Amino acid sequence: MKEFISLNQGSGGKFTHELIEKVFIKRFGMAEPLTDSAIIKESGFNIAFTTDSYVVDPLFFPGGNIGKLAICGTVNDLAVSGAVPMYISASFIIEEGFPLNDLIEITESMAEEASKAGVKIVTGDTKVVGKGKCDKLFITTSGTGILKPDFVRISTGKGIKPGDKLIINGPLGNHAIAVLSVRNNLSFRTTVTSDCASLNHLIQTVLQSCTEILFMRDLTRGGLATVLNELAGMIKSGIMINELSIPVDDPVKGLCEVLGFDPLYLANEGKVLIVAGSGEEQKVLDILRSDPLGKDSEIIGEIVQDKHELVLLNTSVGGRRILDMPSGEQFPRIC
Amino acid sequence: MKYIDEFRNKDLVAKLADLINKSVIRDYTFMEVCGGHTAAIHRFGLKSLLPGNVRLISGPGCPVCVTETDFIDKAIAYSRMKDVIITTFGDLLKVPGSTSSLEKEKAAGADVRIVLSGLNALEIARLNSGKKIIFLGIGFETTAPGTAVTIKQADEENIKNFFLLSAHKLMPPAMEAIIKEGVRLDGFICPGHVAAITGSSIFNFIPERYNLGCVVTGFEPYDILQSILMLIKQVNKNTPKVEIEYNRAVTIGGNSMAQRHMSEVFEPCNTRWRGFGVILLSGLTLRKVYEKFNVENKIPVKINYQADNELCICGKILRGLETPDDCPLFAEICYPENPLGACMVSNEGACNSWYKYSQVK
Repeated sequence: MKEFISLNQGSGGKFTHELIEKVFIKRFGMAEPLTDSAIIKESGFNIAFTTDSYVVDPLFFPGGNIGKLAICGTVNDLAVSGAVPMYISASFIIEEGFPLNDLIEITESMAEEASKAGVKIVTGDTKVVGKGKCDKLFITTSGTGILKPDFVRISTGKGIKPGDKLIINGPLGNHAIAVLSVRNNLSFRTTVTSDCASLNHLIQTVLQSCTEILFMRDLTRGGLATVLNELAGMIKSGIMINELSIPVDDPVKGLCEVLGFDPLYLANEGKVLIVAGSGEEQKVLDILRSDPLGKDSEIIGEIVQDKHELVLLNTSVGGRRILDMPSGEQFPRIC
Repeated sequence: MKYIDEFRNKDLVAKLADLINKSVIRDYTFMEVCGGHTAAIHRFGLKSLLPGNVRLISGPGCPVCVTETDFIDKAIAYSRMKDVIITTFGDLLKVPGSTSSLEKEKAAGADVRIVLSGLNALEIARLNSGKKIIFLGIGFETTAPGTAVTIKQADEENIKNFFLLSAHKLMPPAMEAIIKEGVRLDGFICPGHVAAITGSSIFNFIPERYNLGCVVTGFEPYDILQSILMLIKQVNKNTPKVEIEYNRAVTIGGNSMAQRHMSEVFEPCNTRWRGFGVILLSGLTLRKVYEKFNVENKIPVKINYQADNELCICGKILRGLETPDDCPLFAEICYPENPLGACMVSNEGACNSWYKYSQVK
């Protein structure tokens, strides 16, 4: 049977990795390790460079829209690499018949978010395709920023050792649940709003005050579980997480129970995982908590020695299990 | 959070685990019939809290896992027809048929849509009058009433483009089949959601006829440990009976309205279970008055039935005779990304749970 791309391969988990390796890396080559931004050394500067496409359905959701997301997402990819985000490009693929007013609203959100984040949208492209050739609107943004030489190691996790602490800046899963709640075919209502936000100012504050920030990654597609598994593989250590210290809002928890989802696998658009050197975690936590975007920050676990590179979860009831990489999409269950 | 956090309280769970440890006087084997219980046991790492002489084995209560390959093959055959929309619960998408899966067919162009209930599927039928909408009815007494209500609604509105492919099944006949198979058991952790519909009384025949205890159980860690403790006490005193642990949802008589809908729309039929073969009167088929919604009558399809992979032991696992660890394919060539047997597909399948949430002592 001929092979076709399935939705699974876009879910951010194992299938996506496999596709990237088998198709893209094989042909493009790639400097290891794979991180959200490439770091390019040029004329004495370290330049972070990233790109991302946004295809969220529906385009408008509680807490944001595709435009806001397209700015936050790219700003965050740069910020977690340690860079100060500076310039953004924006490409639009628009389906024939798309309401102009919606496009205006979306671009206004982009301008507003860019101004908040302190980045400039400096170039772009527009394509209009025939009806049915794309789903309403797709946006691709790329971004660049500059980072200090000290921060180059942040996206690789070099220097992480057992005992270092893992911190996240708030509850998980809100973005995924907010988007799901407004999809046509799912008939539930919630008050959950997306956490979609640019984290660059928050991250810069942390970087300026702390010396032991060893790793950062935003917790988007595939959620916390994916990032933890990628990190464990990258640094060849184990990770121990405490379920009780992972913040999840009640409505998200409830809907996850109903739908059979695990919040640790759900996408976020304003959450970052920070690995702080042992001893500096309290300082990082205090700084994060003093900012509205980090007021619910928690230390969720630590790096441990483990040659199997496993992510272990101490469950809320005192049991223990492996927290694996997600395989494919999470689907609502039968009963 | 109300009604969840209370049942996940670490101290209470520790106390229960301690009580269980103090109560054991021999070896015990209990079967959790429902896939929801299997998933919870693994997700919360409950086996790591139990003494070594309490053994839990997974039963046939994951609807995806017991669905025969030919059902998936039929659904795939329908999905390849012109102007057909397949509507299904999400779990079925990845289930391997003989040569393909609904997910692969979707990628290749079939119109396959995930719904949360039959009523979602009916709405799709209303909005697409030029197409035939086929709902894959799957699940036990828990989901069958929902399908029944959907069929009645379609009938009242005279919706002509909505059809059902039914794989609905009944739980008690499968439990009886397991006992008759000779699986050594000391009691059942009975499915809470099935019993919320049927009432706990449908399990009465098990202690009466087979001298085995039954505890109808909720799905939180506290519920499951509490039920294990109740079963241990029954075994210790040799007083097998049906008890309800999940009393915040389950009564002896159950939900009479749901039962009525179910029996008005469906009648029991013989049906084949993956791993068991045919179990008498264990399936649900549409009654004569609603037969116009039965897609197999309306649009017959032919499929080439192919047997499952010979090495796959899903059948034995579903009957409680072996565990995933015993399977030569497990984690070697059968894993969640490449499921060969149905137990690896669903979140609630025994193999999937074992693989994802391996117990770490």
